[in-house]
Amino acid sequence: MERYQQFTEQWLPIIGKAMIETFQMVGISLLFSVIIGIPLGILLVLTRPGQAMANKWIYQLLNLLINIIRSVPFIILLFFILPFTKLIVGTTIGVQGVIVPLVIYTAPYIARLMESSLLEVDSGVLEAYEAMGIPTRQIIWHVMLREARPSIILGLTIATVGLIGATAMAGLVGAGGLGDLAYRFGHLRYEVDVMYATVLILIILVQSIQSIGNRLSARLKKD
Amino acid sequence: MIVLENVSKVFETKKGRVEAVKDVNLHVKKGEIHGVIGYSGAGKSTLIRCVNLLEKPTTGKVFINGEEITSLNSGKLAEKRKHIGMIFQGFNLLKTATVYDNIAIPLKLIGLNKTEVENRVKKYLDIVGLSEKVNSYPSQLSGGQKQRVAIARALSQEPEILLSDEATSALDPETTDSILDLLLKINIELGITILLITHEMNVIQKICDYVYVMENGDIVEQGSAIDLFTKPERETTKKFLNTIAQRKLSPSLINQLQGTGSVLRLTFVGESTGQPLLAAVSKQFDVSPNILTANIIELKNGIVGNIVIHLEGDQKHIRDSLQFLKEKGVGVEELEG
Repeated sequence: MERYQQFTEQWLPIIGKAMIETFQMVGISLLFSVIIGIPLGILLVLTRPGQAMANKWIYQLLNLLINIIRSVPFIILLFFILPFTKLIVGTTIGVQGVIVPLVIYTAPYIARLMESSLLEVDSGVLEAYEAMGIPTRQIIWHVMLREARPSIILGLTIATVGLIGATAMAGLVGAGGLGDLAYRFGHLRYEVDVMYATVLILIILVQSIQSIGNRLSARLKKD
Repeated sequence: MIVLENVSKVFETKKGRVEAVKDVNLHVKKGEIHGVIGYSGAGKSTLIRCVNLLEKPTTGKVFINGEEITSLNSGKLAEKRKHIGMIFQGFNLLKTATVYDNIAIPLKLIGLNKTEVENRVKKYLDIVGLSEKVNSYPSQLSGGQKQRVAIARALSQEPEILLSDEATSALDPETTDSILDLLLKINIELGITILLITHEMNVIQKICDYVYVMENGDIVEQGSAIDLFTKPERETTKKFLNTIAQRKLSPSLINQLQGTGSVLRLTFVGESTGQPLLAAVSKQFDVSPNILTANIIELKNGIVGNIVIHLEGDQKHIRDSLQFLKEKGVGVEELEG
């Protein structure tokens, strides 16, 4: 009991701060990744051969670009794009400095997940709307995205969990966060308790995000 | 109302050119129900999709109400498509939307205001008989009910034409009948012109005024439903007729019976169906008819009866009886073994 009290007194503020940093990193980069990834996913589907805006060049270019970015491990990407990060946010360290690589890492992933969600939508339904004389723009919004919602939410859940994993490496540019805490104190300084505590928090975090995602998706899915 | 002029559709695939529709002409008159029947792969699905240009014909023209739509730009085409409803084998409803929303969303998208949308959803759900399911999701409905929602969705746009792409093919026979009744009802009560494709002869039998038989992308035979049911010419047409009424006897049976007389198929249409002609024949001439098979087919515009008989007697009497039957308006065909 005493040990527990001592532990919380010593570590709670640090863990709390790390949690806030993780939430900041995940929240902000998720927001930007979604803003970039969703339209990119839609574009991937629409420019596919045989689709409404079929365009071999755009489709192949996007495909290649996404595959290249997705092949680079995050830790390499983080350093590789340092100049670009500096250009965009003016710094390469701290939470701010890690947002750019996190977005570049996650947005193509979301685009891919989005692509597979949208492709699941029954093409017959899209055709039925086309036959009713409804413009493609509205079909994308009111039919494609609407029908794909349950699957999109599951995809975003997967992306969010992946993003939490990537933030662990953010410590390398001094952005902090839970993963960094577990690494620096738990691993390097061998404070086993801190490591266990942060890992436990991460497990609970991932678990809750997955359950929320599953529940939300199930609620939207009507079959 | 719908005119197709020399419409062809060629698909370029990796395996080569596929001519799905070859130089097809058809003309659906206002207020009628026309049906295209054919086996799968005959090109009928491509053909019906050419009518609202879901499939752009490779060559040929499509006219709707006298206006050529094959030359319209996409904006004008969208406008035109609002007057052409379509229903599908797979229903194609939004899974994530209630019955109400499935009908209301397209109406909102074409710019109707809220009260108008509400009125139309209510009106057309009433017509298809699904008012009590307004808040259900498609997954909670049976196949027939889903098709009713799809029909209500098509009707709510108040089209002049309804295209039906195998709309009953996924349904059981009883449900098929109820959907056909509904199509007939909207044809009569709302005056909607219908072009349908099917591989089921009973669909043609129940609701079609005019029939096209399609084979390998060609229309090989066409005519009013009554003509086609009484005087089929092509083998394919006869095969389809066999699916609803057995018309064939085995050659060995015919050969055996021909020893003592003739084997005849008599076809009755309209007035001749009501008269006891066989009794008259046996009374008037020295022949005795023996009925081998018989059936009666109720078409939308009349009744067609088919009897295969064995007419026993000498050659002269048989000839006289045939003459008598022909004079009474009965179709007579001698069957050979």
